Amino acid sequence: MLLPETALDSRPERMSEASARKTPVRMTTATLDQSNVSRSAAEIAEQSKKVVTRDVDFFYGAKQALYKVSLDVPEHCVTALIGPSGCGKSTFLRCLNRMNDMIDDTTVRGEILLDGKNVYRRGTDVVELRKRVGMVFQKSNPFPKSIYENVAYGPRVAGVRKRNILDEIVEKSLRQSALWDEVQDRLYDSALQLSGGQQQRLCIARALATNPDVLLMDEPASALDPKSTAAVEDLIFGLKKSYTIAIVTHNMQQAARVSDQTAFFYEGHLIEVGATNELFTNPYEKQTEDYITGRFG
Amino acid sequence: MSLEEHKRGRPFAKFASQAFALLCAGATWLCVSILILLLWNIVSFGLDSLSWDYINRFPSRFAEKAGIKSALVGSIYLIGLTALFAVPVGIGAAIYLEEYSPKNRWQTIVQINIANLAGVPSIVYGILGLGLFVRAMQLNRSLVAGALTLTLVVLPIVILAAQESLRAVPSTIRQASYALGATRWQTVWHQLLPAALPGIMTGVILALSRALGEAAPLVAIGAATYVPFLPEDVFKDEFTALPLQIFNWTGLPQKGFHEVAAAGIIILLIVLVCMNALAVALRYRFSRNKRW
Ligand SMILES: Nc1ncnc2c1ncn2[C@@H]1O[C@H](COP(=O)(O)OP(=O)(O)OP(=O)(O)O)[C@@H](O)[C@H]1O
Ligand SMILES: [Mg+2]
Repeated sequence: MLLPETALDSRPERMSEASARKTPVRMTTATLDQSNVSRSAAEIAEQSKKVVTRDVDFFYGAKQALYKVSLDVPEHCVTALIGPSGCGKSTFLRCLNRMNDMIDDTTVRGEILLDGKNVYRRGTDVVELRKRVGMVFQKSNPFPKSIYENVAYGPRVAGVRKRNILDEIVEKSLRQSALWDEVQDRLYDSALQLSGGQQQRLCIARALATNPDVLLMDEPASALDPKSTAAVEDLIFGLKKSYTIAIVTHNMQQAARVSDQTAFFYEGHLIEVGATNELFTNPYEKQTEDYITGRFG
Repeated sequence: MSLEEHKRGRPFAKFASQAFALLCAGATWLCVSILILLLWNIVSFGLDSLSWDYINRFPSRFAEKAGIKSALVGSIYLIGLTALFAVPVGIGAAIYLEEYSPKNRWQTIVQINIANLAGVPSIVYGILGLGLFVRAMQLNRSLVAGALTLTLVVLPIVILAAQESLRAVPSTIRQASYALGATRWQTVWHQLLPAALPGIMTGVILALSRALGEAAPLVAIGAATYVPFLPEDVFKDEFTALPLQIFNWTGLPQKGFHEVAAAGIIILLIVLVCMNALAVALRYRFSRNKRW
């Protein structure tokens, strides 16, 4: 545990650069989209709300896992979800693309709006929803197929047949996830031959290939070494230009580094949400402070 | 206890371990020697009758002129047709039960039923086949009636094997597929079936091997034992099969027929070994790149 943290802390350039440039200025959305820095509370408030949840309760059978969670996920921002194990972060994330539907005997109450439309309303096309809200899992889970087929799978099931278009999407997605240089000459080898870090970046590329609006990441770097973690973090940082990202992480430094907004969950309740630098430097709630300073959790 | 002593282990534990290993080896060798004895008995008895002519002749009233042709061809037809009926239905049912049906009380009942059906004696299916296919559907004693009856026998085995293989596909594969916006059908077709295929194939081939050896349900539907022609119309023509022919020959008093029967058993065993080899080969071929 000690090694990764120190290794990660040894990359202060970006953070200092980020804090130096994050003076609240009159920025239009257009210029904001090009800035690669953490956003302040004012800037976050300016962004339109991509995902809005209102009083979301979630039940596994009779067991309640989320209590009245109301959280806004602003567009082109990275929202970090933090909190002790079992507090419902993954559950919340899976509500956003309805992956919880796959678990039997679950109930959702409240509203989850994507671009103003409730994703749990009757007649929602779940398949369509998942194309717009991509997901990267904690454990990398490439298909036992070639690298190319892994990335092309999303577009393929969406009906893309033309080889040249698929080629283009595959290359673009692999470049975005910083994997292209490593795999371009073995695209047709099995994805299972890649290293763990490469596999996780492949899963990110695979999620990007469907060109989602929102990208959900459940501890994407938890099984990776510091170098791969850094690569994934850089990647997330770059991606927010074009995507809205929600990421679950147990690593406080990681949350501080990559996110604009942080939400702290505790035992199924959303305790506090705010701009990352404010939440980390000046938390509102006692529980939040205890958690981020490592006094529990 | 010092490390050295620890490595050597306590004497009694060591003795018990060796005794157990010996016991297990004994059990294995008992099985193998019974099998070898059986094989030896059959081969030494039937090898003389075995010839190209034997395979190429129809049954006869005289042992030295009797051949296995109609039974062998009948069995091949029967297995082919059974596969044709049982494989799509069995895999379809398994996919429904594993991937579509909600996991509720109803599903549990169906599941228990299928497991029980796999254990029902095949003669019971034969009686059902007699009532349903031979009489009600008026298929008479045709190959299709026989194949449908054998389908009933092997269907639960195929379903269970296919379900098992589908369940063995890691759920992370399913989740990844659904999260990329694949429909259920796309997930089944592009991910689950390819991953489960080696297991399903093995199950299917083992089930068909069982069908190949079944005599009871065919006796029950009244399949013929003396068929001096090859079936041409699978819906009409009478047929016989290897186990039926063997059963019939062993029931005759003349020693000559017992030798012909032993030769028939050798043929049956050869076909079975070929099918099992196919199962192993398929499994090997498909599972090479499919580790996760
Ligand atoms: N499939 C499930 N069935 C029943 N209960 C579940 C299921 N998944 C999660 N839970 C329960 O819901 C609660 C929240 O779980 P969740 O996985 O959302 O936590 P988490 O915050 O992601 O934890 P971690 O940081 O360890 O991943 C836990 O108490 C857990 O036991
Ligand atoms: Mg989790």
